[in-house]
Amino acid sequence: MDNILEAKNILKVYENGVIANRGVSVSVEENTIHAIVGENGAGKTTLMKIIFGIEQAQEGKIFFKGSRVSIRSPNDAIQLGIGMVHQHLMLAPDLTVAENIVLGNEPRRARIFLDTDRAGEITRQVSEDYGLQAPPDKKIKDLPIGVRQRVEILKALFRNAELLILDEPTSVLTPQETEVLFKTLRNLKNQGKTIIFISHRLNEVKQIADRVTIMRDARVIDTRDAEELTEHDIAHLMVGRDISFERIPASTNLGAPLLSVRNLSYVDDEAILVLNKFSFDVRAGEILGLAGVVGNGQTELVRILAGLLQPSEGEIALRGEALIGLSPRKIREKGLCHIPEDRMEDGVAEETTLEENFILDRYYKQGFSKGIRLLWKNISRHSAELIAKFNILAPSGKTIVSSLSGGNIQKVVVARELSSDPDMIIAAQPTRGIDVGSEEMVHRLLREARDRGRAVFLVSADLDEILKLSTRVIVIYNGEIVAHFQDMSKVRAEDLGPYMLGVQREEAVSGKVPA
Amino acid sequence: MEKFLLKYFTLIRVIIAIAIGIVISVFLIFLISREPGFSLRSFLLGPLLTRSRFAHVFETASPIIFCGLAIAVAFQAKQFNIGAEGSLYLGAAVATAFAVSTNMPAFIHIPLVLLVGGLTGAAWSFIPGILKAKWKASELVSSLMLNYVAYFLGLYLINFHFRDKEAGFLVSYQFPETAWLPRFIPDTRIHYGIILALVAAVLVYYFLYHTTTGYEIRSTGFNDRFARYGGINVFKVIILCQVILGFLAAIGGTTEIMGIHRRFVWQDSPGYGWSGIIVAIIGRNHPLLIIPASFFLSYMQVGGRVLNLMSDVPAEMITVIQSIIILLITAEAFLSQWKYRITLRQAEKGDAV
Amino acid sequence: MNPLLKSILSVEFGFAVFRVMTPLLFAAIGVSISNLAGTINISMEGTMLVAAFVGVIVSAFTKSLVLALLAGIAAGVAMGAILSYFHLRLKADIILAAIALNIFASGITVFLLFITTGEKGQSSSLKSLLFPEIHIPLIKSIPVLGTIISGHNVMTYGAFLAIILFYIITFKTPLGLRIRAVGQNPNAAESVGINVNRTRMWALMLSGFFGAFGGLYLSMGYVSWFARDFVAGRGWIAVAAATLGGYMPLGTFLASLLFGAVNALAIYFASLQIPSELIALIPYLATVIALTIYSARALKKRTRKVGEAKQVGKIKESI
Repeated sequence: MDNILEAKNILKVYENGVIANRGVSVSVEENTIHAIVGENGAGKTTLMKIIFGIEQAQEGKIFFKGSRVSIRSPNDAIQLGIGMVHQHLMLAPDLTVAENIVLGNEPRRARIFLDTDRAGEITRQVSEDYGLQAPPDKKIKDLPIGVRQRVEILKALFRNAELLILDEPTSVLTPQETEVLFKTLRNLKNQGKTIIFISHRLNEVKQIADRVTIMRDARVIDTRDAEELTEHDIAHLMVGRDISFERIPASTNLGAPLLSVRNLSYVDDEAILVLNKFSFDVRAGEILGLAGVVGNGQTELVRILAGLLQPSEGEIALRGEALIGLSPRKIREKGLCHIPEDRMEDGVAEETTLEENFILDRYYKQGFSKGIRLLWKNISRHSAELIAKFNILAPSGKTIVSSLSGGNIQKVVVARELSSDPDMIIAAQPTRGIDVGSEEMVHRLLREARDRGRAVFLVSADLDEILKLSTRVIVIYNGEIVAHFQDMSKVRAEDLGPYMLGVQREEAVSGKVPA
Repeated sequence: MEKFLLKYFTLIRVIIAIAIGIVISVFLIFLISREPGFSLRSFLLGPLLTRSRFAHVFETASPIIFCGLAIAVAFQAKQFNIGAEGSLYLGAAVATAFAVSTNMPAFIHIPLVLLVGGLTGAAWSFIPGILKAKWKASELVSSLMLNYVAYFLGLYLINFHFRDKEAGFLVSYQFPETAWLPRFIPDTRIHYGIILALVAAVLVYYFLYHTTTGYEIRSTGFNDRFARYGGINVFKVIILCQVILGFLAAIGGTTEIMGIHRRFVWQDSPGYGWSGIIVAIIGRNHPLLIIPASFFLSYMQVGGRVLNLMSDVPAEMITVIQSIIILLITAEAFLSQWKYRITLRQAEKGDAV
Repeated sequence: MNPLLKSILSVEFGFAVFRVMTPLLFAAIGVSISNLAGTINISMEGTMLVAAFVGVIVSAFTKSLVLALLAGIAAGVAMGAILSYFHLRLKADIILAAIALNIFASGITVFLLFITTGEKGQSSSLKSLLFPEIHIPLIKSIPVLGTIISGHNVMTYGAFLAIILFYIITFKTPLGLRIRAVGQNPNAAESVGINVNRTRMWALMLSGFFGAFGGLYLSMGYVSWFARDFVAGRGWIAVAAATLGGYMPLGTFLASLLFGAVNALAIYFASLQIPSELIALIPYLATVIALTIYSARALKKRTRKVGEAKQVGKIKESI
C-alpha cells in the first residue's frame, strides 16, 4: 500500500528553546487508522500541528501522496485534503450544525443571501455519504459532545479531506460515544479515508488502530502494527527509559503528616464530577508526587488546595487546621505556598517589574512595609538578593518580567514562593516549558526544602521529574487515585505508565499515610 | 540615543501625538480663519497675554487635575469607571446644600464642606463598584447611567430646594463667606483648590506607588488572577478604587464651587469628568504626569476660548484636537513599527534588552 | 380613573412610545450587530450626533432629502470605519477609542456648525428638511390602534424595517454568519479561513450604518434642528438596551421598546406635580437596575454539590 503521508526528519524548536520534535519520521499508509501515542510533551500534538500547517518545522520534509509539499497554513492543508479535528473543538456554539459546516464556504442564493436550505441539504448529504448523523438545524451548544465532534469530522469531510487527523478525540466522549466514533472511523476507512488518531487511551488504540507510532521525548521510538503489541508493550515503549534515570537520595527527615486531604470531591460548572473522594497525606520531609496525564483533575485539585476554588465536599487540614473556606491569603499565612501550573496567567504580572512580582505575598508584612507605607529600599534589596540567590538572568529588579525567558520567569515565581520558607509547598508542573538549567535549579530547591523538613506536593505530567524527586507517588486518573507507591526504590516509569493511562488500577486506594 | 528612545518610548509617543494634534490645529486654523496668523497667536499664546487669562489656566486646571487623578486610580485597577462627572456634580450639589444651611467658623466650615462633597461623591461611585465586584455588572455602563442620575438629582436638589430666587439665573444661594475657599493671587480667581489639587496629585502618587493598598490596586490592574492568587482581596480593591474615584472627583467639583463661583451655578454639567478621562489617558494614569497633562489641557481650553472670542475660529476645535490626540495615544500600534525596527537594530548590536 | 393611569393607557402614550423608541432602536441595532462580532461599540452617541448634524447641513444646502440621507449614512459608516481602523489596525483599546470618538463627534459637529452657519448652540437658522410623516390610508381609521400606528415619521417605520434588516443580515447572509462565528469563536472562524479582523471591520461599519439613521431621525424628524450634544445619552441607553436584549433582533427590539416606554413615561409624569428632573432620571436608573439583574443572573459560578454531578470524571462513563 502507498503512503499517503510521509514526514521525514522533522525538527521543531519553539521560541523558548524547547525542542518539540527531533528527527521525527513517520509514514502513514493509505487507508489505515494510524495511532500516535506518547505522554504529554512527547511531541505528538506538535507533529500534527506541523502537518496541518498551524506550526512550521525548522527542518524536515513532508510528502503527501508521494509529492513533496509545503504546508504553511491550515488553508494549505485543507486544499491538499488534510482535515483536523482538534481536541478543543473549533465550533461556534450558538450556530447550528449546518452553519458550522458551511462556514467559510457558504452556499448562496442570488449571491448575497445565505442559502440555508442548501446548507441543510449539504449537511444531510455529507452525513449520509459517510454515515455520520448530525441534526443540521440544532445549535452546537445544545448537542452532546459526541455529536459536536461528529460535526467537526463532517466539516473536514465537506472540504474533501482524505486524511483526517483526530487529536485526542475520545478524551471528551463517554464510552458509548466512543463506540459510535469508532464505528464511524472504520466506516470512513472503508470509504477510502486515512485516519491519524492521537491518544493515550491504550485500550482504545488497541481496539481501533492498524498501526501505532510511539513517541517519547520529541522522538519517534517505533512504528509497528497494532496487532503485534499489547497495551503493556505500548505503555512500556511510551514511558520506558533506556538509561537508568536520576533519583535524589532518600529523605532522612521524615515526619508526621502536615497536609491531610480527605474525601475531596468537586463538581464543575458543566456538572462533571472532576474529583472523586480524593484522599491523601503529605508528610513533613517528603515529596509526594502526583503522577497523571494533564486533564484528570490535577488543575482543580491544586486550585482547591490554594483556596482559589471551593470544593463540593471533603476536608483539607494543614497541621490539623481546616483550610476549606479560608481565603487564599489566610492559607498562605498558614504556611502553604503554590507554584502555579500556568505561570503567565497566575504566577506573574508580566507588565511590571521583578520587584513588584517578588513582593506579591509579602508586601504587607513587616520588613517590606511599615503600616501602609511600602519600604522600597528594603524591597529592592530583597529583590537583588533573590535575583542573586536564584540565579535569575535579569539586569536588575526593575526589569520588566515579560522581557525574561520562560525559564527565568519560572525562577521568579519559584524565588518568590520558596523564599518565605513555607512549610507546605505545592508545585504544579513546575518545570513545564523551561530550559534544563532552570529545571535543575527547581529540582534542587525542592529537594533542599524537603531535606529541611518541609512538605512538598509535586503535581507533574513529567514522569522523569516524578521519579527523580518523589518519596511516594500517587497516580491520578479521571479524578480518582488509582495507585499508591510507597516505596519508590524499585519503581520504574513502566510501572507508573499503565496506571496513568487507565490500563490498570488498584482498588480502594488512597494516598493516606498509615497511622 | 536609540536606547534612550526605547526606554522612554511611551512618553515619546505621547509627545508625538500631542505634536501631531498641534500641527493639525495649526492646519485647521489656516484653513478656516480669515486671519490665520492672528488666530494662531490667539490660540497658542492667548493664555499668556493677559493676567486674567493666564490665571484661567490655573483655575481650570484645578478640577481637571482632581478628575484626572480620580479616573487614574480606577483605571490603574483596570476598572473602566467613567462616573467622575456624576460624582463631581452630585458631590458639589450636596456640599452646596450643606454649606448654605450651616454656619460655623471658616476653619471648620471649609474642611467640612469639602468632606461632605467628597463623601457624597465617594458614596455615589461606590454603587458601580459594588455592582461590579458582586455581580460583574459593567462599571462602564452603570457609571455612565449614574452620571445622568446624579446630574438630575443634583439639579433637582439645587433648583427645588436651594434656589436663590433673587438671582437672575437658576443658581443656588450664595455661600456664606465662611465656606469660601480663599483666593490667594490678587486680581485673579485662583483659589486654594489648585494647591489642594497639586497636593492631591502628590498624595495619590504616593498612595499608588508607595503604599500597600496602592500596590494592591496596581497589581489587580496588571493581572487580577495574579492578584487573587497572591492573596490580594480583589473584591475590596474593585470597590475601593472606585470609591476613591468618586471622592477625588467630588472634591474637585466642590473646590471649584467654593473657590470660583461661591454658589452652585451649573445648570449644565461642567464636563470636568470627561476632561479627567482625557488627561488620565494622556498621562498614562500616572498621577504626576497628570499634572502637566491637565495644565496642557486647560491651556488648550483657555487658548480655545481666546481663539473663540478674538477670532473667527470656534472653541470646539479644541475638543476635536483633544480627541485626535487621545486616539493616537490609545493606539498602541501607533509608531510600533518604528519601535520594532529600533529594537531589532539594538538586538543586532548585541545589546540585551 | 387616576389621571396618570389614564394618560398611560391613552393612545397618545402608545404613539409617544414608538416615537421615542425610534432613535434608541436604530442605535441599539448598531450596538448589537457589532457586539455579535465580538467588538463592543460604545460610540453610538457620537455616531448619531455626527449623522444628525450631517443630515441637517446637507439637507439645508442641497434641499434634497435623499442626499441628506445618504450623507448621514456615510457619516455614520465613516465613524464605524474610524473606530475599526484604530482598534483593529492600530490596536487601540476599543473602549477608549470609542470614548475619544464620542468626544470628537461632540466637538466637530459644533465646530462645523459654526463654520457653516455661525451658530453655536443649534441650527435654528438653517432651513433643513424633515423626513415626512406617513398617514397610512386604511389603518389610520382603525380606532385606537390606528392612532397609535399611523401618522409616524417614516423613520419610525424605518426602525421596524431596520430590525427586520438586522435579522436578515445576521441570519440570512454569509456575512452575518461570519460575524456571529467570529464573535462566538474566532479560532473556529480562522480555522476555516475567515479573516477575523475584516469581518469585525464590516460589523463596525454596519454598526455605524444603523446608528446613522437614529441620528438622522433625531435632527430631521423628532425635532427639526441640530443642537450641540442633543443626543443626550441615547447612545448609552442603546448600549444598555442591546445588552439587555442579548444582542439578538427580538431582544434588542423589546429592550428598546421598554426603554422607549420608560422615556415616554417620563414625559407624562411631568404633567403631574413631580419635578421634571426626577422624572428624567428614571430611564437611566432603570438601566442600571436592569443591567444589575441581568448580570447577576448571568453569573453562573456557584459551588455545586456532589449530587448534582451528571457525569463522573472527565473521561469516564455517565452515571
